[in-house]
Formats: sequence, C-alpha cells, structure tokens
Amino acid sequence: MFKINNLSAGIGGKTILKEISLDIKPGQVHAIMGPNGSGKSTMAGVISGNDNYEVTAGELLFDGKDIKDLDPEERACMGVFLAFQYPVSIAGVNNMVFLQASINSIRKYKGLPPLDAFDLIELIKSKMKLINMNPDLLQRGLNDGFSGGEKKRNEILQMLCLEPKLVILDETDSGLDIDAMKAVADGVNAIRDDQRSFIVVTHYQRLLDYIKPDVVHILKDGEIVMSGDYKLALKLEKEGYGWLS
Amino acid sequence: MSKPKISNQYKYGFESDVPSDQFLPGINEDVVRAISAKKNEPEFLLEWRLKAFRHWQTMSQPNWAKLKINPIDFNAISYFSKPKSQADRPKSLDEVDPELLRTYERLGIPLHEQKLLAGVAMDAVFDSVSVATTFKEKLSEAGVIFLPFSEAVEKHPDLIKKYMGTVIPYKDNFFAALNSAVFSDGSFVYIPPGVRCPMELSTYFRINAINTGQFERTLIIADKGSYVSYLEGCSAPMRDENQLHAAVVELIAHEDSEIKYSTVQNWYPGDENGKGGIYNFVTKRGVCKEDHAKISWTQVETGSAITWKYPSVVLKGDHTSGSFYSVAVVNNCQQADTGTKMIHIGKNTSSTIVSKGISTGKGQNTYRGLVKVAPLATGARNHTECDSLLLSEHCGAHTFPYIEVLHPSAQVEHEATTSKISEQELFYCRQRGLTEEESVNLIVNGFCKTVFQELPMEFAVEAQKLLEISLEGSVG
Ligand SMILES: Nc1ncnc2c1ncn2[C@@H]1O[C@H](COP(=O)(O)OP(=O)(O)OP(=O)(O)O)[C@@H](O)[C@H]1O
Ligand SMILES: [Mg+2]
Repeated sequence: MFKINNLSAGIGGKTILKEISLDIKPGQVHAIMGPNGSGKSTMAGVISGNDNYEVTAGELLFDGKDIKDLDPEERACMGVFLAFQYPVSIAGVNNMVFLQASINSIRKYKGLPPLDAFDLIELIKSKMKLINMNPDLLQRGLNDGFSGGEKKRNEILQMLCLEPKLVILDETDSGLDIDAMKAVADGVNAIRDDQRSFIVVTHYQRLLDYIKPDVVHILKDGEIVMSGDYKLALKLEKEGYGWLS
Repeated sequence: MSKPKISNQYKYGFESDVPSDQFLPGINEDVVRAISAKKNEPEFLLEWRLKAFRHWQTMSQPNWAKLKINPIDFNAISYFSKPKSQADRPKSLDEVDPELLRTYERLGIPLHEQKLLAGVAMDAVFDSVSVATTFKEKLSEAGVIFLPFSEAVEKHPDLIKKYMGTVIPYKDNFFAALNSAVFSDGSFVYIPPGVRCPMELSTYFRINAINTGQFERTLIIADKGSYVSYLEGCSAPMRDENQLHAAVVELIAHEDSEIKYSTVQNWYPGDENGKGGIYNFVTKRGVCKEDHAKISWTQVETGSAITWKYPSVVLKGDHTSGSFYSVAVVNNCQQADTGTKMIHIGKNTSSTIVSKGISTGKGQNTYRGLVKVAPLATGARNHTECDSLLLSEHCGAHTFPYIEVLHPSAQVEHEATTSKISEQELFYCRQRGLTEEESVNLIVNGFCKTVFQELPMEFAVEAQKLLEISLEGSVG
C-alpha cells in the first residue's frame, strides 16, 4: 500500500533522515518510536509533502506511484492524512467551514458532488459522537483557543470525516488524559479495516495497548535502527533507548 | 512559501458602445452654469454651485494623506457626459437604450425588475446621469422616495434645499467643494416617519466615457423612527489614463431612526505597473441628529488606483451610535488611505470601528481614523479594531489612529494587529486537500468575516466572490 525506499531527506543542507525504508501493507499499523529529535515528525512531513524538507534520495510509493514530487494537496486528495503534532490555529476561519472546505475539496478530487449543509452536519455530528467531542468546538475558529487535547480530538474528527487511506498520527496521544486517549483510539479503531494503513508516532506504549500495531520501528538519529513486533514497545517502555547504542 | 499576489483580472473592464453627449474638457463658471442648465435646476441650486466653485478656486488639493498622487489637471477633465439616448429621460425600461441595459446585464445587474434580486431596488447611474430606477411604484406605496438626484431636485426641491450641504458643507474640503460645484447625478432617498423601507435600496455607478470625471451626490434622510439599508456598487472600463471620481454622500438620521450604508467599491484599479485606474476621492458623512439614531457604514474597497475616503458619523443626539466596518484590499501599485471619524457630541454615545486591510504586490494600505469626544459628551464609548494582513514582501500597512478625548468619562479602546499567512497555516490547509489559492481565500475570508457579516445578505456573497476573483490566479 505504502512503501518508502531508501529515503534520505533534510533541511537547509542538513541531513535528518538517512536511507529509511518501510513497507506498509494494506490494513497494517506501523508504530514509530524514538527519542526526541530523531526525525519522526520530519518523516511525517516528508510523506505528506511539507516542502520545507528536501528529499535528497529515495522513493515514496503510494499504491505503486511515487508521490515524492506531488503537492501536499494532491497527496491529501489521494488519501494521505497527517494528524499534526502541533496543529495550527487560524482564528478567523470557522472550524466547521474549514472542515466543509476540506471534505468538499477531497470529494471534488474523487469526482463526487459537494455535500450539502444538511448531510455535512449529519456526518460531522455522528463522527463527533464517536470520539466524544464537545459540539461547541465546531463553531469556534479553527483550533482557536482549543486546549491541547481538544486540538488532538479535532485532528481525529478531520481524519474520520475525510476517510483517508494512509493515516499518520504524529504524537496524537501526547498530552491527552486517559479518557481522551481512549477516545482517540476509538476513533482510529472505528475506521481500521483491511485496506487502510496507519503510521503511529508515539513515545508511549500505552496508546499501543489500544491501537495494536503490526510492526514497531525505532527511529534514532534519522535511521531505523530496529524493527519488531509489539513486544519491542514494551521493552522500550521499561528500558528506554539507552540499550540501543 | 510562494508569495500570493492578487491578480489583475479585472472583469468589469469592458467599454460600452454608447454614443455620448459630452462637454469639452475644462472647468470654469460657464461649465458650472451649463451643468445646472442641462438639468433645469432651480436658481438656489445654481447659486450654491457657483459659491462652491468660487470657494474651490481658493483651495488647494490636500496632501496630508499617505498617498503618491500624480498631479491632476482639472482642466483636462470633462465634467459632464450623458448617453445620447437619454436625451429625454426614459419613462420606463422599454425606452432605455438596449446597449445600456446590456452593459448592466454584463455587470451582473439586470435592470428588469423580474430578473432583479428580489427585495432590492436599483438606481443605475451611467457617467453623469441616472439611466433607470427600479421598483419606484412599490417604494412610493410605502411613502419612500428613491430617485435620481436630478429628478429629486425637480420633484422635491424643498427637501433638497433643507438638507443638502447640511452635513458636508461645500467648504468642507477640496474635493467636496469641487463636487458641490459640478456634481451631476446620484441618488436621493427619503424615508418618512415610522417607515421601515420594504426593500434594500441600491445604486450602481458606472463610468464609461473617456476623460470624464464622475461627481455624484447621494443624500439619504431617515425621518423619525424609520429604517433603511442602502448599498452602492461601482466599476469602470480599463483605461491607461487616471479618471477622477469625487463623490459626496450625506446621511441624516433623525430621532430613533437607522441608516445602514454599504459600499462595494470595484473601480478599475490600474494595471500591474500602476498605469491607469480611478482616483477615488470621496467625502462621506452622516449625522445622528437626534436621540437614539444609528448610522452604520460598511465598505468593501477592492478597486481604484487611489482611495481617499473616511466615512464618518457625527453623534449629535443622546444615545446615538455610529459604526464603521471596512475591508480594503490593495494590490500591485494601488494605494488606499481610508478610515473614519467618529465625533461624539451627545451624551452616552457609542461608536465601533472595525478596519481590515489586506495588502499585496506593492500596495500601500493606510488606516486613518479619528475618535473625538467633545467636552460635554458624557459617557461616550468607542471600540476600535484595526487589523492588517500582509500577503507580499513589498506591500505596506500603516495605521494612524487619532484620539481626542475632551471628557474624562469617555472609554476609548484601540486594538491593532498585523499578520501574515504563515507557512504552517498554508501547509496545514493544503494537507487537508485545499490548494494554495483556496487556502489563501479561506484565510482572507475568515479575516474579513466580521465586516462581511455587516453587509446585506445578498451582497455578502458578492463581496466574498469579488475578493476571491481578485485573488484568483495569484498564487504559485
Ligand atoms: N526547520 C529546521 N531547521 C533546522 N533543524 C530542524 C528543522 N526542523 C527540524 N529540525 C531538526 O531535525 C531533527 C528532527 O526533528 P523532528 O521534529 O523530526 O524530531 P522528532 O523525532 O519528531 O522529535 P520529537 O519526539 O521531539 O517530536 C531535530 O534535530 C530538529 O532540530
Ligand atoms: Mg515530533
């Protein structure tokens, strides 16, 4: 479904990611763990097309097609979704208006007619229920004054409404209370199926109790230094990263 | 990040093939007399024009605004132009030159009542004359007078004599004096006591003829306890020469009445290098004459090479309120120096100012506003919010708030922000499937939201589209 081949990338001439390879099959969940500054968010940014980063080598194969040179909006329309580690706030833009624009832009790409206001509200309301999100947040500015946890829930709401094929969660669990973490996991599990794949970036094994990964990778200094199954996450939780060097 | 730049796709730049009856360029007393004669004006009006003209001759063009203005040769302008077909004022739309009707159709303003936006009565001014006013009957049933200015002079000289020049005397400023001398047409509105005007009133101004100036006057009177919402729109062909537009708008709100005045200004802005475009020098002022009167100005200014206007409110009665909501966009070499004056005179008056400036290209956008609280104005309140959005490297935004408070009980607040669209914001939107252009539009529209909300519903959508058109093809 999604394959990274020998990807190297950096910023301003500085190399951050070094010859990364990943093979994510349809329906799989891959967890990426690793110390602060190891390059996890960089990887998320490169996959989703943040042009601050330069890709110096390698391929990003999405359903067999290299998406490395595509605009971020095109990747989004094809089904790449990034739940940001730090979602931006745009005060003037109404949260619901933003969601509507986003949903309809992706529907347009797929050749579908735009959702009318009624269907849209139906859709959004049902998804909000799923993750126990306060409906008032819909009428506020985009992430404007949202608490950390509310922002993360809003990311999950967008994910649920946009139904992407490849979801990257960048530390969506950081800063969440237990109920919120469960809600996020419920959201993710609700759309897990045998076609949709996930890259879950996290520091904590606890999220992986709720979202069971098929593979766990450890990213260190821009390299994948070890891959394993769920047990690897348990080991990291107990022992940290020290033993790796 | 690539720099978004508002494009120069001016969609209203066509010229209509309408033969016109036009004065030779030049200005002197004979020209003033000739304009007055063309319109069969009563003596008092000619006298007033002549006084204004003589006074204008003693004045010089103001230069305090933050504007670079090419010298204007007032003798190179023709002060009167009228479509030939309008020689005898047409009684109905059937008598109006079809080419004129087509012009308005192309501008998206069909003048046939059945095609018009339901609930909007329209006065269409073409160069120096009004060519059609719709829904006259329906309005007169309600006692509302909505007429071309020159027709109002004929039919209601008493009202004109009573009110004209009372808010903006001809001595007010250079451009107001010029307008008072040579004004051609415009709209006149009178709402009788206790009447809520049954529809939106609207005037569309079109400059077509070459080398002409447009000098319209609008006078709106809301009598005791009445309400009216009025909207003006405008456009002009694309030409290499600058054309002058110097209008005067006076609003009079009597006791307990309310006037909402909205403008969607889309005069030709000139080309990328600043060639051509309209010089828009406008004096707009309203007076809340008696207690509990309200006046609200809303403007969306996207056009003109130069915009110089400060729609103001004089809060004379007690418990009166005034507001000014503005979006001003400058692109390429456009310059805007705009804002408002809120003059608090009565007791317990309040005013609100919301100004949103969007600048791109080499555009220069200035907010200039005065809040004045007179010595006896107890309990005056003002809130001012002034936000600038910068979309390019070489544009500029400037803010000049003047505050003169002469009574200690006044509460005057001023907030100002300047922002850019950040790379993170753009990337976030694009990651959600929006193109760069759609993202910029969404953010710009969000930025303007509090102003657009003040527009009549039918026009809020138009204003949003206009902004999007001016942003079209501008990114990447
Ligand atoms: N714009 C930038 N300029 C310079 N260095 C950068 C830039 N962006 C990221 N880096 C560097 O790249 C490295 C990887 O950063 P990244 O954000 O990908 O780490 P991370 O693994 O997501 O860390 P965390 O767990 O703290 O979120 C860091 O050393 C960071 O300082
Ligand atoms: Mg990170």
